[in-house]
Amino acid sequence: MTLVKEAPARPAKKRSAAPAAGRRGRRRENIAGYLFMSPWIAGFLVLTAGPMIASLYYAFTRYNLFTPPEWVGLDNFQTMFQDPRWQKSVEVTLKYVVVATPLKLLLALGVALLLAQKRSGQGLYRAAFYMPSLIGASVSVGFVWRALFSDDAIVDRTQKIFGVDVGGWIGNPDYVIYALVALSIWQFGAPMVIFLAGLKQVPQELYEAAEMDGAGPLRRFWNITLPMISPVLFFNVLLESIHAFQVFGSAYVVSNTQCGPADATLVYTCYLYQKGFKEAQMGFASAMAWTLVVAVALVTAVLFWSQKKWVHYEEAAK
Amino acid sequence: MTSATSSPVVHTASERRRFGSIAWHVGSLAVLAVVLYPVIWVLGASFKPSKDIIASIDLLPTKPVWENFSGLADGISGISIGTFFTNSLLYAGLAVAGVVLSSSLTAYAFAKIRFAGRNLLFTLMIGTLLLPYHVLLIPQYVMFRKLELTDTLVPLVAGKFLATEAFFVFLMVQFMRGLPKELDEAAKLDGCGHFRTYWSIVLPLTRPALITSAIFTFINAWNDFMGPLIYLNTPDKYTVSLGLMMFRDQEGISNYGSMIAMSLVALVPVIAFFMAFQRYLIDGMATSGLK
Repeated sequence: MTLVKEAPARPAKKRSAAPAAGRRGRRRENIAGYLFMSPWIAGFLVLTAGPMIASLYYAFTRYNLFTPPEWVGLDNFQTMFQDPRWQKSVEVTLKYVVVATPLKLLLALGVALLLAQKRSGQGLYRAAFYMPSLIGASVSVGFVWRALFSDDAIVDRTQKIFGVDVGGWIGNPDYVIYALVALSIWQFGAPMVIFLAGLKQVPQELYEAAEMDGAGPLRRFWNITLPMISPVLFFNVLLESIHAFQVFGSAYVVSNTQCGPADATLVYTCYLYQKGFKEAQMGFASAMAWTLVVAVALVTAVLFWSQKKWVHYEEAAK
Repeated sequence: MTSATSSPVVHTASERRRFGSIAWHVGSLAVLAVVLYPVIWVLGASFKPSKDIIASIDLLPTKPVWENFSGLADGISGISIGTFFTNSLLYAGLAVAGVVLSSSLTAYAFAKIRFAGRNLLFTLMIGTLLLPYHVLLIPQYVMFRKLELTDTLVPLVAGKFLATEAFFVFLMVQFMRGLPKELDEAAKLDGCGHFRTYWSIVLPLTRPALITSAIFTFINAWNDFMGPLIYLNTPDKYTVSLGLMMFRDQEGISNYGSMIAMSLVALVPVIAFFMAFQRYLIDGMATSGLK
């Protein structure tokens, strides 16, 4: 993680101050450190590392919870790759990630640029724009979305004015995914706040100098703002795409627990949930989970690799 | 913007500023209208008769009715709304206590104690931030099932007491590293052990980060859907999220009104929390992304 600063090393001289007492002191520090960390260590072993190993094992077994897991080798993965519903879930998820993430970040950046100007009432706007990020994940908003995008409701009626009639997005397999995309975009407040914080750190002198050189607003944005906030942009792209891969609640609620119609909102985790908790195919679901881990790791790796080309880290900025 | 006019420079500048200001407010209000539309819609819809909720295009009801809210008093299949709220409050309260306690202890170790393996453990912790939760979902479920702890709050809050929410640990580490070093060095000279330093010096100073974590934890627990969906199976243990889903199953389209009213009531704690603490929340969100 480039965002994480290296733990600031204490001056080395402190260590060597008193060699004899130092060794005992160091042991005491070690004990204290591990004591303070003990909740996390326990949590890491029992709730993270242990389950990861278990799930890797389950991925190669047939396991229905009631009889012991039975080793089947690569069977789950083979079945999975040939499963049309799995393929559909990959397709739906990729579509969701690729459409929702850039639009959401574009809106977040646009509004952040708007709010970065010093105007009266900007705090109020900022708060109001952030609110959907907090309530968007709730079942309540899922219901509201169903209502807004159903047949003959507001979105449908607005469309009809323009001569388009799809009978509501919720019931239409071609459109329902865009209702989810809209719900994701609506929650642009969180990346917006991060953009805002990044914009605040751009040195004003740069703009003043550019203006003196006769650079217009577009040029200033392209040559100053964008490179200066590229670390923040990178962070937002990373976070939002990883989140988008894991969407579940909104797909489940908006599509009435069916992830449909016609599997149109069968996002990856929705299928994983169906396989694991509805059909008790724990082995298959674990294979799916590991495939997701690999996919997310790949996306993360590609993003980290690509940042060399477009993320601009100002070493001497401070 | 830079178009030259013949009028005096001062005049143009102030006029341009006023125009800029108006354009700014118009732009912001336009975005605001779209963003707040669903919130205002649900507020208006909760006072509409059931049959009008989808069919009427009006944002606000023409003749407001109370029946949607009064209908809530009956509860859902014999379970009162209060039960769902109590369960959610208990879940959220325990989650907050767990996260604040365990994450601050862990963060103190990372930020203030030099121990062998600290950097490796820190990297591991940050690594868990990127790990899709779903890979843990199934084995954790199997484990809690074997321990016969499903249908209790234990699986939902255990992780909070064991500092598995790396985001909050990270937030607190960043904050604690920003505290002046002189403070804990002075405490050390005065003979304070690590626990004293943690409890009476570092913890009070970390309050903004603790509050941010507490609010986020509360709201996440309140909104949590997948956790309760998987672990809770008797209706009188359901949280508000699952209660809402029951409403949908029971009432269907015929009683859209109470469903919308219940949705609105379920949002009240989150919105109230947000209104009260939005400054902390938004600043906390911003700092966690940077630094």
